[in-house]
Amino acid sequence: MTATALLAVAFGELFPNGISHYAIGGLLVGLGTVVIYLGTGIAAGASTFLESTLSYVSNLSRFQRYVPSRDWRVVFTLGIVAGAAIYAVTFQSGLVSSSLHQPATTGQLYDVGGLTLWMTEVQPWRLFVGGILIGIGTRVGKGCTSGHGVCGVGSASSASLVGVATFLLIAIGVAQLVQALGVSP
Amino acid sequence: MSADHEQHPLFMPLVFVGGLIFGFGLGFSHMAQPEIVLNFLQFEDFGLLFVMGGAAVVTGITFFGIKQVRSTAPFTGTSYARRLKTLDRNVVLGGGIFGVGWGLSGICPGAAYASLGVGNVAILYGIAGMFLGAYVQGYWRSARAKGEAPASTAD
Repeated sequence: MTATALLAVAFGELFPNGISHYAIGGLLVGLGTVVIYLGTGIAAGASTFLESTLSYVSNLSRFQRYVPSRDWRVVFTLGIVAGAAIYAVTFQSGLVSSSLHQPATTGQLYDVGGLTLWMTEVQPWRLFVGGILIGIGTRVGKGCTSGHGVCGVGSASSASLVGVATFLLIAIGVAQLVQALGVSP
Repeated sequence: MSADHEQHPLFMPLVFVGGLIFGFGLGFSHMAQPEIVLNFLQFEDFGLLFVMGGAAVVTGITFFGIKQVRSTAPFTGTSYARRLKTLDRNVVLGGGIFGVGWGLSGICPGAAYASLGVGNVAILYGIAGMFLGAYVQGYWRSARAKGEAPASTAD
């Protein structure tokens, strides 16, 4: 086998679903962040929404400090849901297609009124228990995959680089452990 | 960050459009699918590196570049200067707890909101968990802040 062929095999093993849709999606995630930053100077993260939204129903000081930003954070989150819904109506439902797009290879697709929707097969207890830990950890740790991972790394913030290294390494260990214990999906 | 900043008529529409692009990207990249995140963490498909890396490259170039062109944002007057979070024990402790949750479930906040958009109703278990977790830590920290009064922790 030539070196090129070996490289191609290695590439196929590392990226069994190709890279184009990952890279394009990532550039769009960055673009969405940048649009908000250029207009407002705000590096928007997704996890502060959890606490800022709790300020509507709880008087705890920890949540009330986010009152000034809670309205736009709701708008940002509604935008994220709507943006993903536009993806569902267009590419996921086959209304628009492109060789750069990769149809879903996981979970299950289901049909509602001509729209193709997607549902995870990951067990509800994993989502719920994981969610609780995510709610605690992102708020204690000052950021999540978007605040630390996208905005913070983009700013070369040392707190964010340490945060990302920590949650990435721990998540890899936990995911592999859970898999080794035979929990799937 | 005061509420006055939201007075500009284009502030909310811009935030919504930014969210739209962000959410579409999470849908298109399949990061809204917990399985794709788990496949990455289990070393079965490294494509997710291009989602996170691609996004960070775009923000990195823009955050740096805009400062060479102008100093404040047009809709808010907010400076483009870096406002960095302080690196302390909480970053590692919280990051570790988040890591356990991310590795167990394959979801994170932004991707979970987007997951709802692609039709993944089951993600509501995850989002409910996130609100519960955020409430629990807020309850603890508010109680502790009250106990040791003027000491405040900023982030």
